[in-house]
Amino acid sequence: MTTSTISPASARPGVGDVYSDRPAPSTIGFDRVVGVELRKMFDTRSGWWLMAAVVILSVLASGAVMLWGSDAGVHYSDFGQAVGIPMAVILPVIAILSVTSEWSQRTGLATFTLVPHRGRVIAAKLVDVVAVGVLGMLVAFAIGALGTVLAGAAHGVTPTWDVGLDQFASIIVGNVLGVLVGFTIGVLLRNSAGALVTYLVYAYVLAGVTFALAAAQTWFADLEPWIDFNLTQGNLFTGFPDTGEAWAQLGVSGLIWLVLPLAFGLVRVGRAEVK
Amino acid sequence: MIELTELTKRYGRDSRGHLAVDHVSFTARPGRVTGFLGPNGAGKSTSLRILTGLTPPTSGTATILGRRYRDLPNPGREVGVLLDASAQHVGRTGREILRVAAQTMRLPGGRVQEMLDLVGLTEAESARRVRDYSLGMRQRLGLAAALLGDPAVLVLDEPANGLDPAGIRWMRDLLRDYARRGGTVLLSSHLLHEIEVVADDIVVIGQGRIVAGGTKEELLADERTFVRATDSVALAAALLADGHSTEPVADGLCTDADLATTGQVAHRARLPLVELRRADGAGLEEMFLRLTADTQRETTHPTSGEGAAA
Ligand SMILES: Nc1ncnc2c1ncn2[C@@H]1O[C@H](COP(=O)(O)OP(=O)(O)OP(=O)(O)O)[C@@H](O)[C@H]1O
Ligand SMILES: [Mg+2]
Repeated sequence: MTTSTISPASARPGVGDVYSDRPAPSTIGFDRVVGVELRKMFDTRSGWWLMAAVVILSVLASGAVMLWGSDAGVHYSDFGQAVGIPMAVILPVIAILSVTSEWSQRTGLATFTLVPHRGRVIAAKLVDVVAVGVLGMLVAFAIGALGTVLAGAAHGVTPTWDVGLDQFASIIVGNVLGVLVGFTIGVLLRNSAGALVTYLVYAYVLAGVTFALAAAQTWFADLEPWIDFNLTQGNLFTGFPDTGEAWAQLGVSGLIWLVLPLAFGLVRVGRAEVK
Repeated sequence: MIELTELTKRYGRDSRGHLAVDHVSFTARPGRVTGFLGPNGAGKSTSLRILTGLTPPTSGTATILGRRYRDLPNPGREVGVLLDASAQHVGRTGREILRVAAQTMRLPGGRVQEMLDLVGLTEAESARRVRDYSLGMRQRLGLAAALLGDPAVLVLDEPANGLDPAGIRWMRDLLRDYARRGGTVLLSSHLLHEIEVVADDIVVIGQGRIVAGGTKEELLADERTFVRATDSVALAAALLADGHSTEPVADGLCTDADLATTGQVAHRARLPLVELRRADGAGLEEMFLRLTADTQRETTHPTSGEGAAA
């Protein structure tokens, strides 16, 4: 044992006690952490541009449909689909960076000394990325609707509003699940570059591989809906599952790719060193 | 009040892992500045990270104001922490970093401007992104963040890093004043002088273990005499012949002869002196140098160069 002996603070003349017997401050509420973490998603230059990209990419996608879309009338579904494609990339990226920047940019030192409960901070971020995901989709849909109206006016035809409310909902749920996949990868890797690459590999390379495998091997084609979350999540973009089995497949694949990895990642975040 | 009790951190799983912090115990008291002194890699930052809940300890406990850090309801209002001023999002402005912290701590908005004024960051500088901050500006911003919640305790890791002489002077005054008002200040450094000028109490750590601790007066007290002559070798021989022990320290000698005797010995030997004074502090300096040398010998990775530059 190595102990040092330091004599107690003698009653030195002029020593104040401004800091003794102050009432302990009240706890930082979860809503406050949610607010702070939301603010941190916007208040850097890169964060601001990511948010702006939601609007910019939606406008570009709508413009592309207006310019190069099919001539057979003006359908809102074309616009809805077009704006959804960039959102499926940008929203998960926002989710990834909200987590990984604490480590890659080392802001965690400040964040976790001000709020020493890491689970609370991560939970607040989860609330924020889901909210941003839903709002981002609503903004994208609105811009798509504007594009539809403009295209109708330009071509002199009445636009067809062929997207039902339940399909809106299923597309939003599908995107939010994509956001959660990004979030999970962020929590697992805690490194911006690594998590971004991993997400792209998961969403594009892996999806291609499983597609090819299912085409070649019937046993995998039968198994795939249970274990391929890319597939079950992607199906949401055309509507909610219509059988109990399809719901079960969504649940099982989600458990494998989302719930278990996130739980594992959260435990590791709690134990990791922040430096 | 900060209390570390038998704090231990082992990196690597098995018992052959590296003991970065080895049963460290000490107390930093209110009303005093406690200096945490140790050579590079001694375990200062690791200890402070454990204290603030950023690194889980292998064993032992650390409390601030009687509680574990994670049990503080709103830590920023009770403990000001500055561990690494560069650990900020480079795309955020200085002012925004303080605003985020103020919002987390539930502080009124005016507090941010007060702190910017206190640490001497101008309006224009505070609107700049941290990417474009100089090292000293980052350090000032870090101090502003630590002081923001008007905490009773300050935990600062190498706070003088990157500050210019005026900045260092300003910081020392600030910390001393802070302690005088009843605050607890714990600051680390690898420079003895840095600690010597500001601390009331000193804790010395080497290779993860506490090797000395006490008030500055206790640690610096040295009854021996420090003497410097143009010809050290001849003076050492003369002192030895007169029955006194000598030891080379820095560019002079430490001897157990008192001031008058040393002067007489030098006079008889016709050796002109350059300096003659009580050896206060020489003991601690020697010990610290020995500690640094030991670490350097046993360290396989090149950590030795860093400290000198900082
Ligand atoms: N994650 C880690 N894994 C292995 N060893 C580590 C880890 N973190 C720190 N160490 C080691 O622990 C020891 C103490 O490091 P620490 O940063 O606490 O030193 P320090 O006293 O702050 O030094 P300096 O004056 O250079 O800042 C060093 O030998 C360091 O290499
Ligand atoms: Mg250090």
